[in-house]
Amino acid sequence: MNTRTANAVLVIALIGWWFLYGALACLSRFAGSALGIEPASRMGASLEFLLFEVPKVLMLLVLIVYGVGVLRSHFSPEQTRRILSRFPEGVGNVLAALLGIATPFCSCSAVPLFIGFLTAGVPLGVTFSFLISAPMVNEVALALLFGLFGWRVAGLYLITGLAVAMLGGWVIGKLRMERHVEDWVMKVRGSTDVPDSDLRWVDRLRAGVDAVREIVGKVWPWVVAGVGVGAFIHGYVPTGMLASFMGKDAWWTVPLAVLIGVPMYANAAGIIPIVSALLEKGAALGTALAFMMSVTALSAPEAILLRKVLKPRLLATFFGIVSCGILLVGWLFNLLLGNAP
Amino acid sequence: MLLEILGTGCTKCKLLHEAVLKAVTESGIVVEVRKVEDIAKIMEYGVMSTPALVKDGKVLVAGKVPTPKEIASWLVA
Repeated sequence: MNTRTANAVLVIALIGWWFLYGALACLSRFAGSALGIEPASRMGASLEFLLFEVPKVLMLLVLIVYGVGVLRSHFSPEQTRRILSRFPEGVGNVLAALLGIATPFCSCSAVPLFIGFLTAGVPLGVTFSFLISAPMVNEVALALLFGLFGWRVAGLYLITGLAVAMLGGWVIGKLRMERHVEDWVMKVRGSTDVPDSDLRWVDRLRAGVDAVREIVGKVWPWVVAGVGVGAFIHGYVPTGMLASFMGKDAWWTVPLAVLIGVPMYANAAGIIPIVSALLEKGAALGTALAFMMSVTALSAPEAILLRKVLKPRLLATFFGIVSCGILLVGWLFNLLLGNAP
Repeated sequence: MLLEILGTGCTKCKLLHEAVLKAVTESGIVVEVRKVEDIAKIMEYGVMSTPALVKDGKVLVAGKVPTPKEIASWLVA
């Protein structure tokens, strides 16, 4: 396919997306009435929610994952490493957190990335800024937050997530814990001459399609399941019921949310729709944000993987500092915003 | 020719291994295909995103499974 045809296909697809998205509310109502759903009943409220939210979230996910997929073809981990090894701590932490959004990452590649960064001379604290930001602030989480909570909550998540990554990494850097990295790591003779992929525009557009196929193909069952549980909560849990024990006045809900969220390994795509429904029933925004962040940023499987390269003390420090950061974010938002998302 | 597949056992690493074996069989070229699963060895190639494909010590691709066409072109190049 040449550049012109590819661009034409892209423009047509974007226009088509736009129309379909705009018509979604109508279409889902039409589908609802065709199926004979009674919106006033509890069952009806749940089903209507499901019929509208599932296609909406999936469509947003496709668009954002596509955009990030194209963008990402400019940021390989190798390039990110090259950039980060040039800057000192401080600036490096800021850059690492920002690059964490755009660089492809899955928790299975945390260990090779960690070793690769350190052996190329990226400071320990800067490496951690990247390791915190990459799984937490990602396009799937942002797409879902935008779709279900609106741009304001998505923006808050983005900014506070980046802040936790920047500051968390910076603090770890200041603690000078280099000797708590497993000894074999620094002995790895890393080479840094991986070829740069020379991509044409058409290849980048194709990278976007590949990203959609791979990422949306993997998370859609989570979205459907998550929105399903959310739909049930939407229809059956009385409004305000959660305010008493998940509301902003109960300070202890934030640490509790972090405590439950940290070991949990779940897909953001499944968690966010459930949290969205809880929020609607009176749970506090800060508590919800803290829960989402701790689920995505840290998990028990990640701890086991990282234990290969980190001695227990550094591993505990890493989890401790990130948890504290998330805790502060939760409290801050409950204090400032309370229940109004 | 020696082809090495770097990967710690992720799904995509298995896909790459299969794709390479298939391309090699189809081409009829005599190639040794070896899997490298030790993380320290993988790091020596400077690769941070697995799977990666290495031909005679040179990294061809990292972080994705190339198309059968790409693999075939590397076999003859």
